[in-house]
Amino acid sequence: MRAAVVVFPGTNCEHDVAHALRGLGAEVDLVFHKETSLDGYDGVVLPGGFAHGDYLRTGAIARFSPIMDAVEEAAAAGLPVLGICNGFQILCEAELLPGALLPNRDQRFICRPVDLTVRSTRSVLTAGTTEGDVVRLPLNSYEGRYVASQGVLDELESHERVVLTYEEPNPNGSARGIAGICSERGNVVGLMPHPERASEDALGSADGRKLLESFTLSMARV
Amino acid sequence: MRFRVEISRAEGIADPEAKTVLGALRDLGFDEVTDVGFGRTIEVEVADGSPDPDERVHAMCERLLANPVIEDYRVTRLS
Repeated sequence: MRAAVVVFPGTNCEHDVAHALRGLGAEVDLVFHKETSLDGYDGVVLPGGFAHGDYLRTGAIARFSPIMDAVEEAAAAGLPVLGICNGFQILCEAELLPGALLPNRDQRFICRPVDLTVRSTRSVLTAGTTEGDVVRLPLNSYEGRYVASQGVLDELESHERVVLTYEEPNPNGSARGIAGICSERGNVVGLMPHPERASEDALGSADGRKLLESFTLSMARV
Repeated sequence: MRFRVEISRAEGIADPEAKTVLGALRDLGFDEVTDVGFGRTIEVEVADGSPDPDERVHAMCERLLANPVIEDYRVTRLS
């Protein structure tokens, strides 16, 4: 199992993700955004941070980085692709996932653990969990409010593509409490909270570990 | 040639900042205010003589400058 963790200028969670995945038995390489190939990798992670300074819109510049063609190819080939926080925003800008992320309802940066409910086990991130499981992960974002048209939201729900929702009270005003969604095939997943920051007991919660374990096992199955 | 691109929040997308300013204006007695919208302005200079400048600036908006999921845009030619 070999994962590529993509590093854009401004990415700041790449080492945390790499550490967590290595702890689960994966080989991990940090791959610079100027690279154009992801050959030989079984999965891709777009980690959190502020790619290209979040200029214009979060993810708007990053989605045109040279590596993104290869990310799109990986997604189309069915490989597990995970976007965490800024990575989720990039996946939305790249239209690999529908919708967009806007500033939080209360116009404040949120940095605290939140409780999330697993709504679908159809994604590579939640395949090893049970629907209804509650996990506690740190949320660390200003632009975390998920928005999409009513039609898209209905489709996400009816196709079991809403992966995780925030427990009430909704921390950031996300539509239908959405914290994470997946693609139709379930191999592309984006979420705002950080599973890698909750992957060991020493971090206050190890709930993220089972999510990343699902992702790692999905890579093994490719 | 210079173009002004005005980007605004698409209809139906909540903007808490604009809503707060609307409330503040009302509190100040500007009862006639019914809506406030925030946006951003981007000015784009295009080399004189380049082909199809209007279409090209619209293409820039579609491709990068605006996100149709959350934003509308309007292009004005300044010079």
